[in-house]
Amino acid sequence: MYPEPKIIQEAFPQIVINTKIEFGELTLFIEKGGILPLCRFLHDDPGMRFDHITDIGSLDFPEDEERFEVFYQFYSIPKNHRIRVKARVSEEACAIDSVTPVWKGANFMEREVYDMMGIRFNNHPDLRRIMMPEDFDGHPLRKDFPTEGRGWRSTFEFLPNT
Amino acid sequence: MTMKGDNISKQVAVGGGEAPTPHEVKPILRREEFLLNMGPQHPSTHGVLRVVLDLEGERIVKATPDLGYLHRGVEKLAELETYNQIIPLTDRLDYVCSMTNNYAFVRSVEKLLRLQVPERAEYIRTLVAEMMRISGHLFWLGTQALDVGAMTVFFFTFREREEILDMFEELCGARLTMTYYRVGGLDRDLTPKIIDRLKKFIKEFPKKIKEYNTLLETNRIWLARTKDVAVISGEDAVNFGLTGPTLRGSGVNYDIRKAEPYGVYDRLDWEVPLGKNGDTYDRYWIRVLEMTQSARMIEQILEKIPSGPFLADHPMVVLPQKDLVMADMESLIHHFLVASKGFDAPKGEVYCGTEVPKGELGFYIYSTGGNRPYRLKIRPPSFIHMGAFDYMARGYMISDIITIFGTYDIVMGECDR
Repeated sequence: MYPEPKIIQEAFPQIVINTKIEFGELTLFIEKGGILPLCRFLHDDPGMRFDHITDIGSLDFPEDEERFEVFYQFYSIPKNHRIRVKARVSEEACAIDSVTPVWKGANFMEREVYDMMGIRFNNHPDLRRIMMPEDFDGHPLRKDFPTEGRGWRSTFEFLPNT
Repeated sequence: MTMKGDNISKQVAVGGGEAPTPHEVKPILRREEFLLNMGPQHPSTHGVLRVVLDLEGERIVKATPDLGYLHRGVEKLAELETYNQIIPLTDRLDYVCSMTNNYAFVRSVEKLLRLQVPERAEYIRTLVAEMMRISGHLFWLGTQALDVGAMTVFFFTFREREEILDMFEELCGARLTMTYYRVGGLDRDLTPKIIDRLKKFIKEFPKKIKEYNTLLETNRIWLARTKDVAVISGEDAVNFGLTGPTLRGSGVNYDIRKAEPYGVYDRLDWEVPLGKNGDTYDRYWIRVLEMTQSARMIEQILEKIPSGPFLADHPMVVLPQKDLVMADMESLIHHFLVASKGFDAPKGEVYCGTEVPKGELGFYIYSTGGNRPYRLKIRPPSFIHMGAFDYMARGYMISDIITIFGTYDIVMGECDR
């Protein structure tokens, strides 16, 4: 179940770039600057009423011009429909507005995205690493981060084994 | 002290000297915030969780959870594994309820593949998921009561949980990390022995629930420790993205089994229990009622379960039956191909949420074709519940922290992934 994409497109013609319906799921591709007004609309509009935040995540496409993609997954309990909103973020301006003013639950989810992918969230109340240690170097879910190998542990100095 | 001081001053006055001026009364109480580090090794945190508490006396001003001690990079690992190889990884998320984790993942892959599962498999899947729900809630009830100080409940609930785990052992050979679900079906079929055992268990289960209730339902200590502790209003709970019994305790009717029915839930007669006050007691009560509902569903499934294949007829994707693999050359080759090379999934992205005992466990898969997911994002209920921890813990006592951890039914393996 998903809402009529045309309504959102007409309300935000500047922000919504494209829509896609696949596997019975609606995806909105948007301009990253418009995330907060769009989210306020999705949350407050009586036809949308996306009161429940399901998840925030991120994707990495190293070859693309705008490297990262942040996706938001919302659900409406009264209307029983879902929506996915996606915004592209480039590596140089690696930041997007936080949606914590709309959904308080976004706090930890955005922290995780920051930790794992290195995307910053503007006006986030407490943007720190959440899983990795605070002095950790790099962002593990980026595609250029090695899955195998010793990583930062290889820089440790050990006593020579003689 | 004042009495003594008065006497001295009088004596001095009698002696003819100057009466001393009464010294200034200095406040004895100092007010300052106190930082208390709790964990990461604490028996009641159900894993390794550290919380930094800002205290004023014994009241919590702020609670900052420090996660990540159990982070194993499941999402990153999954990018290197074929879809079948990820199923054992999902076992290790919420190691208390691994069946439902398998179910959630397998459902997302099947949604991506547009794969239909045979009728019998759907019934068995729902049956096993409900057994897991009973087991998970029993685990919660036992440990929560133990954390609060009631030992007996723990022994009682683990007695029944053991019974369910024994049935699982007979079903798939493992007790905790089961890996029983397969893309397109199941590992193996139900045996008549398990069905008999399950029927017996379900028959006696209402009596067992009564036993737990006599211990807890009107127990003064239990009431004092859980009533009005960790209260959250329905509106806030939704805003924080809470799911499962934690959300339904606040009276919000959201259960994926009803909202977006999967398996055979829409063919069974059952209800969603809802709370009123949104406190720990209501959540306890909901979990107890959910267990009776699960038992009700299992009873119906055992009556209705049809015969037929338990694996989908799709040789490119579905592994052959295990007993054939052991006996038949072609099946062995087939098994080898599917297990080592995997199967190619179509391009696209899916999100699929499943109701597990803790809440909504969702898997988001982004596929660019090929036998591995390009990105697998897990939506773990425990992690998102932890986001509301600070909000829910403020204003309570240190001793309530244990109850507030427990109220979410938190498992750190899932929280940190």
